[in-house]
Order: sequence, then C-alpha cells, then structure tokens
Amino acid sequence: MSTTVIPELPGQEIPAESRVNYLNASYGVKSWLLTTDHKRIALLYLGSITLMFFVGGFFAVLMRLHLIEPQGALVAPETYNKLFTMHGVIMVFFFLVPSIPATLGNFLVPMMIGARDLAFPRLNLLSWYIYIIGAAFTLYAVISGGVDTGWTFYTPYSSTFSHTSVIPTALGVFITGFSSILTGLNFVVTIHKMRAPGLTWFRLPLFIWAMYATSIIFILGTPVIAITLFLLGLERLLHIGIFDPAIGGDPILFQHMFWFYSHPAVYIMILPGMGVMSELITCFSRKRIFGYTFVAFSSLAIAIISFLVWGHHMFVTGQSIYAGLIFSVLSFLVAIPSAVKVFNWTATLYKGSISYDAPMLYALGFIGLFTMGGLTGLFLASLATDVHLNGTYFIVAHFHYIMVGGAVMAYLGGIHFWWPKITGRMYPDGWARFAALVIFVGFNLTFFPQFVLGYLGMPRRYAVYPTEFQVLNVMSSAGASILGIGYLIPLIYLLWSIRYGPIAGPNPWGAKGLEWETPSPPPTENFEEIPVVTADAYDYANVGGSRV
Amino acid sequence: MLTGLMQSGFTNMAAAVAAIPIHPTSASTISDSVDHLYYFLTAITLFFTFGIFTTIFYFMVRFRRRSPDEQPADTKTHMALELTWTIVPTLITVVIFVWASSLYFENSRPPEAATEVFVVGKQWMWHIQHPEGPREINELHVPVNAPIKITMTSDDVIHDFYIPAFRVKKDAVPGRYTSIWFQATKIGTYHIFCAQYCGADHAEMIGWVYVMSPTDYAAWLSGGARSESMAQTGERLFTQFGCITCHVADNTGRGPSLVGLYGKPEKLRNGDMKLVDEALIRQAIVTPNSIILPNYPPIMPTFQGQINEEQVLQLIAYVKSLGTEERKTNGK
Ligand code: HEC
Ligand SMILES: [Cu+2]
Ligand SMILES: [Cu+2]
Repeated sequence: MSTTVIPELPGQEIPAESRVNYLNASYGVKSWLLTTDHKRIALLYLGSITLMFFVGGFFAVLMRLHLIEPQGALVAPETYNKLFTMHGVIMVFFFLVPSIPATLGNFLVPMMIGARDLAFPRLNLLSWYIYIIGAAFTLYAVISGGVDTGWTFYTPYSSTFSHTSVIPTALGVFITGFSSILTGLNFVVTIHKMRAPGLTWFRLPLFIWAMYATSIIFILGTPVIAITLFLLGLERLLHIGIFDPAIGGDPILFQHMFWFYSHPAVYIMILPGMGVMSELITCFSRKRIFGYTFVAFSSLAIAIISFLVWGHHMFVTGQSIYAGLIFSVLSFLVAIPSAVKVFNWTATLYKGSISYDAPMLYALGFIGLFTMGGLTGLFLASLATDVHLNGTYFIVAHFHYIMVGGAVMAYLGGIHFWWPKITGRMYPDGWARFAALVIFVGFNLTFFPQFVLGYLGMPRRYAVYPTEFQVLNVMSSAGASILGIGYLIPLIYLLWSIRYGPIAGPNPWGAKGLEWETPSPPPTENFEEIPVVTADAYDYANVGGSRV
Repeated sequence: MLTGLMQSGFTNMAAAVAAIPIHPTSASTISDSVDHLYYFLTAITLFFTFGIFTTIFYFMVRFRRRSPDEQPADTKTHMALELTWTIVPTLITVVIFVWASSLYFENSRPPEAATEVFVVGKQWMWHIQHPEGPREINELHVPVNAPIKITMTSDDVIHDFYIPAFRVKKDAVPGRYTSIWFQATKIGTYHIFCAQYCGADHAEMIGWVYVMSPTDYAAWLSGGARSESMAQTGERLFTQFGCITCHVADNTGRGPSLVGLYGKPEKLRNGDMKLVDEALIRQAIVTPNSIILPNYPPIMPTFQGQINEEQVLQLIAYVKSLGTEERKTNGK
C-alpha cells in the first residue's frame, strides 16, 4: 500500500524539519512543561520512565554482581535487601505499570481512533505531574537511605519492624497510582466518545482493545492499592493495629488487599504488550489478525478474571485448603485467554508475507518468552508444586519471563515500530536487529538458570547462599551483563537517530493503522481532516487501498 | 599443543556443565510424587514452547517476504480451529488441576500417629522444641520413616519454614498456628531455609534437618542434659505466672478448671461454639477478652508481652496433658 499512498501526501518530499509538526510547532521548556498535546505528554512520560528503567536496572546489575559469590561479593545484607526492594518498586510501579499505556498509549490512542487529542488533555498533563511527584518521593526514599521491605511491603515487617524509609516509598507509590487512574479514565472516555466516523468497536485496532481493558483495571484496581498503602502508613505511624495480631489485627489481611491489586497489575503490565503484539505481527506479515474477536474478547476476559485469582500468591500462608482449590482453578482459567492469543498470533503468520524488521524480531521474541512465562505459571497455579516452588527463584524466573521477556520486549518492539512516527526518523536497522538478538540471548541466560535454582530450593531475596547454588548464579549474572548491554544499545542508536537518522516518511512499514495516514511526525492536530473509516482493522489484503 | 589445550578446555567445560545441579535431593514420602507432577508440567511446557517456536520458525522461512510488494491473500477466521485451541488447553489444565489438587490434599493431611514438633520463628533463628523436652536452634533432629507434624508460629514477622528435600513449606505467621508434616525416607542432613523475606538476616535464617535411624534418634533424645518435657516446663510456668491461683483442678478457683478442656467443643458467652484446639488456648492466654465463658466473670488478665511464643506452646502442652476426662465447670 505504501507505494500508492505516498504520492497523496504532500508532506513527503519536504524534509520533516520544514513542515510544521507537533515537535517544532513551538519551542522552549515551557512549551513542553505546559503542553496539553497528548503526543508531547507521551514524550514527557517516555523520558521519565526511561530514566526510571535505567535506575531500576542499575540496582539489578548491582544485585547480580553481588550474587557472583555465595557469601556476597559486593554489599552488606542490609544493602542487598534495599537493592532488591528499590529494583522491584521502581520497575513495577514506575516503569512497567506506566510503560506502554503512558507512552505509546498516550501517543497512539487518539491517533489510532482518528481523534485530535484525548478527551481530557489537561487531566492528561496532570497525570504526568502526579507521576513525577510520586517518583520524586520514591527517589527521595532511595537517597534518604533506601527501603528494605521488598516491593510487596508485607506486614508486620513493613509496618512495625523495618527501620527504613517505608513511608516516603509507600507515599510515592500511593501518589503515582492516581496518575494511572487518570490515564485510565481518559482512555475509556476517549475510546467511547471520540472514535472517527465509521470506526465501530469491531473495527478498532487490537491495541485499542488492550488499552481499554488495561484502563478498566487501572480504574478498578488502583484505588485498592491506594487504600492498602494508606492503611500501611496509618499502621506504621499511629499503630492502629489493623495488621498487628497483638491487638487483634491480621498481617495476612494485608496480603489479601495487596494482591487484590497486584495480581491484576500483572495484567496492567502485560495486556498493553499483547496489544502491541497484534499490531506488529499483522504489519510484518501483511495479514489480517487471525481471530479478531477472540483476541479482543480475551483481553476483556483477562481483565475480569484477573481480579479473582489473588489468593494464588498465598497458598502457603496457612490459607484453607478449600480457598486454595478455588484460587487454583481460577488461576488456570485466566491462563486460557492468554493461550488463545498466542495461538492466534502464530496463526496470523500462516501464508503471510513475513519480513524480519527489528520490531518483528522483538515481537517473535515476545511470543517465545511469553509462552514460557505463561506455561511456568502452571507450576505455580498447581497447588502441590507451588508448595515447593513458592518463595524461590522459580517465582523470580517466572515473573521475569512475563514482565521482562513479555512486557519489556513488547514495549521495545512498540518503540521501534512507532519510532519513525514519533520522531519522523529511522534508526539503523542492523543495530536494532543486533540489539534484539543480544537482549534475547542475555535474557534467557539470566533467567533460565533461575528456574533451576528455584526447583533446587534456593529461596529468593537471599543476600548469601549455600555454595552448591553458585554455578547457576554465576550463569545468571553473566546473562545479566549481556542483557544490560543489550538495553544500552537501543538507547544510543535511538538518541542518535533523532538527529542523524534518515527521514522516515509517513508510513515506512506499509502499515494499515490510521496513525500511518498522517505525516511523520504528525501535526499537532494529528490529522488535517478527520478520517472516515470504511474498512476493518488490518485490512492488508485490500491491495493499495487505504482505510480512509 | 593448542589442540590439546582446547581439548582439555572442552572436557573441563563439559565437566562443569555436567556438575550443574538440576535436581534437588528427594528425601520424603511426598517428594517423588511432587516431582512427577513437576516433570509432567515440564513436559507440557517444553512441548508447547517447542511447538510454538518451531511453527514460528517454519512460517518465518516458508512465508518470508520474497518481493517488497508481495500481497498475501486474506484468511478468514476459522471457528473450528479457535474452539480447538480454546478447549484443548482447557482440558489439559483440568487434568493438571485435578492431579495437583488431589496430591496437595493428601500432602496436607498429617497422619494421626504423627509425632509433634513445635517451631517458633524469631528474627533470624528457628527455635525448635520437642514434646519430650529437647530444644534446638536452627537444627531439627527427626527419626527416619516416622511421620512428623510441625506446628509453627512466629514471635515477630512472617517467616517461612522450608525443607526443599521434603518439598514442604509453610509460613510461620505471628498470631496463628500453621502446620506441615513429612515423613523422611533417607537418613541424612538437609537444608532448612526461611522462604519468606523477614529482614536483614533473612538469608542467614537457615538450618539443618538431621534424619537419623530410630536407634540414633532414641540415643539423641535421651542424651545430653536430660531436660524436662514441654508439659513439665508448662506446669512450672503455670505456677510461675499464677495461672494456678484461678485455674484449680477441682474447679474451686475463680476461673474454670482446665482439666479435660482440650479437644472438645465449647460454648462461649456470645453463643459461638468453638473447638478447643491449640489456637483457641493460645487466644485465651494472649487475648482473654476474646474468649469469654458463660458463668465466669471476665477477669483473666492478658499475658501478652509477658509470655513469649515458646512459653505459650509449653503452657498449651501442659493444658493438653491435663487429660480428656469430663470437665468440671460452673453451671451448664
Ligand atoms: C485472675 C484469674 C485468672 C488467672 C490468673 C488466669 N486465668 Fe485463665 N481464665 C480465667 C477466667 C475467669 C476464665 C474464663 C474466661 C472468661 O470468662 O474470661 C479463664 C479462661 C482461661 C482459658 C480458656 C478456658 C476455656 O474453657 O476456654 C484458658 C486456656 C486459660 N484461662 C488459661 C490460663 C493460663 C495459661 C493462665 C496463666 C498464664 C491463666 N489462665 C491465668 C481466670 C484466670
Ligand atoms: Cu498473581
Ligand atoms: Cu526469612
């Protein structure tokens, strides 16, 4: 389609700089800090979460270095405990949760549905400021000595026993939650109310369905973590006793409340990635998605069932056997829609025209790693094996396969896919493919040995460990150093490309979404004329035609 | 020479790879059956991961883009296929669920004959008491081929008592009793780990289980300074803390007689029927206000903060030792 559409776009021949677009429409710090353009806000988020990603990653590198030696190579146990806590808090609440929704989602939701902005542009800017304030509290906690409760903040350790900066950290997470709620609200209203003429629900790109499902969890789940952390703060400051058995409270209650949010939060982190996947797979195989409705509704099914499985984190807390059975069966149930998605993505490739551009390599990496992450979840949903594996490195490996192998891969794939749209520039393709490969290898070397470590019985969050676990730990640390380099390469060439990359043109991949029907970078108002949609999403078989 | 070096390098590497442990010691009656389920799940995982990977690779090669303007034909949604890959995984998970749950069910029920051992987690040590009297720290001596039930709690934060070789673990939670049981099948020494993060020295909260032959175990029990049994210690504490002033065996004190209390249901003043188990006795001692009996004034003082969890366990052992005969209390 690209060949036929390009002549229709007058912006093509003129270098991006000389055409007015959202990047050069106005200049100066103020024009960015007070912007209400969803695309600029997306970039504000992109900058801040990238920073948080590298801070969190730095802590991970220190941890893996430390674990090269059984007695600990680098720091005291107290410091190690702070490292894994800060790594978890930053990566979960300040990188993974906002990652795709706040950057790609902010940028793309209006563009994909043919709107000029989100429904509440100023609320959108506010959400970024809230995020920054939350992040500031948490970074303050890091500087003021750190926090050592684990990202899970389990009571009564966090409420009574820890001597570290629990309150500033919890406050940071509490505040940031509101930015998620606002983003969720904004997306839901926008998707309901601002779709272009002709863009019916079942013509929406699956990325939009994923954003919609994610927004539902944002709105319903985030208040619960806010309440939970609020109670934790009260308990710590005033000792009201809600989590303290000595005055009739219950420390396990905290876990119920915490996981009621934090399990759905797992899907906040992975659903958007699944949305990105559907866009990438279709574009680089030039195929309509296989089983559109199944993929779309599986997102909603996941969003709903995810609220009913929290107890699978608590099989060994002394939870009743019968509660265990119910949470186990529901956890198996939530695995099915994910499996359905994987099969549909694979089937989409069938008889396609597959190219190996960098975003596609990330996408294929995602399918493999996510499949492994999902299947190893079965070990933990199974009561008898969970008893052995819970609290060990097996869990660590499992959720990193989902969160890093899945969510981060999809995030990077998405960034590489839409980078030409965002910046108007291409990055060096060879480097990008090379980085995808390095990340894939480094990732597996880091986390695969951890499955074995967990099965052998090595508990997580151990600053020192028995010598028989050393070989596997060294392998994991070696992998982590490769992975670390793998993440630095895109940082360098993407920054380079902003200035020196070749001009991308409006639709370098020949993709079908509405966002590709407008110049790159897009003008501030996104579309000169609001498009009218006449065809389904992923209408790749319609040769040369445009959806507009 | 170079080839020689390389060769020895390879053999060294091969030796190192072969030396990587991949299977934990299996030393209890349940560990093999848990492993079998684990292998089954591993097989499922490998099958699907491998299946998806090969399919993708095959498609990538077979359907690679051959010219820039290649245009594949449209495919329609295939209902039968969608249903197949929804239903087949569902059936597989049903099999896994039934297998895993029935195994868990079996593994959660201690045999009647199990010997009890009591464990209290305390930052960052395991305090272990045997009913016969011996107390140990971070060490647990048990006889081989005999069922052992471990009842545990914590004096501070949540810990988790984990013996990988037996495939058992359970949180030790302040304010409640949780339990596991196992029957060791091999004489030997096995790790105890704390598997719930509990603060600075979480990773040092580790110990050893010594599984001994019955004769060695008997010798160990009777050896050393012969201490009094848990119930005897409890009896001493019963006097020391003044419980005896109110709780008199013939029910002449201000509180009810505790003879014959354990193991029977009882009615509280608010009408609740409760089975008197370890947890209820603990509650009566630590928060007496929550266990008020009809026909008694709520005068029992709380002993919270004065009695630690180990002493509570000893008092419980004493109360349990008071027998199961018909109980004498005020009114009916
Ligand atoms: C001042 C008198 C007093 C002292 C001292 C006292 N108790 Fe009690 N205890 C009572 C009374 C009265 C009750 C009945 C519950 C109620 O109505 O409050 C009771 C109830 C109990 C019960 C529950 C009995 C049931 O039927 O459920 C247990 C167990 C118990 N006490 C153990 C102890 C122990 C152990 C100590 C010492 C550490 C102790 N008590 C000290 C007065 C006392
Ligand atoms: Cu979960
Ligand atoms: Cu611990």
